[in-house]
Amino acid sequence: MTETRDVSKQDAEAAQDIKQQEQAILPAVDIFENESGITVQADMPGVSRDRLDVHIDSDTLSIEGRAVIPMPGGMDALYADIRSTRYQRSFSLSRELDTERIEAGLKDGVLTLRIPKREEHRPRRIEVQTG
Amino acid sequence: MFGTLNTSGAGLLDEFRRMEREMNQLLGGPPWPNSIRAMARGTYPPINVGSTPEQVDVYLFAAGLNPETLDISIQQNLLTVAGDRKLQVEEGADYYRKERYDGGFRRVVTLPEDVDPDQVEAAYRDGVLHVTIKRRESTRPRQITVK
Repeated sequence: MTETRDVSKQDAEAAQDIKQQEQAILPAVDIFENESGITVQADMPGVSRDRLDVHIDSDTLSIEGRAVIPMPGGMDALYADIRSTRYQRSFSLSRELDTERIEAGLKDGVLTLRIPKREEHRPRRIEVQTG
Repeated sequence: MFGTLNTSGAGLLDEFRRMEREMNQLLGGPPWPNSIRAMARGTYPPINVGSTPEQVDVYLFAAGLNPETLDISIQQNLLTVAGDRKLQVEEGADYYRKERYDGGFRRVVTLPEDVDPDQVEAAYRDGVLHVTIKRRESTRPRQITVK
């Protein structure tokens, strides 16, 4: 009993290793900026909320996700445009962006990140004095 | 001055094209013939097709669609999926990247001959459209018991 469990665990670990070697898909993104901040939208079809990981490491923003696709057992691939289930992309951020207040949303496989600018960095209109 | 700049730019582009052509000649196309309806890689949306003895599964990786705008039809063994992806453009914002597909699309997939066009199901979840087409009962492998 214990032995069986160990073997299956090893298998799972081996599978995990293979998956980590699998080349990640670079998700297509739109990035735009307005006065209040920067918005990143990324297409990550197949990724659900619990398989999505957005994290900041010093000034690098990383987006990672794993697509879960319902497949019947013993399926043969007839054709495949998508050969990986892992998405990964990262961006370096600049200092005026407030990484503490990033908002993330995921809907129908589209990730939307709102990265606000720090208050002191928002553009101010400078009045021209005449006189 | 701009004249020279332009020519050198075009020269570089030509150089790239020549390299691309040579690479294609060197590597050649795939040794197997492509399906006559095959599209170039990178066509939106990407598709995967899988098969089991019971059914054929088609996956379209199309995030952010309204499933109601999808038009899925099947004629014999030809599955057609058409739709429209309208992205909201933020007015007055500066765009740095615009990589996501915006517009209408249509993809046609040739399925194996033995699919049953009357038994098709489609579901849209997390940005993946999954179409399941059952194979005809008579063509499925059967276990024959020896008496």
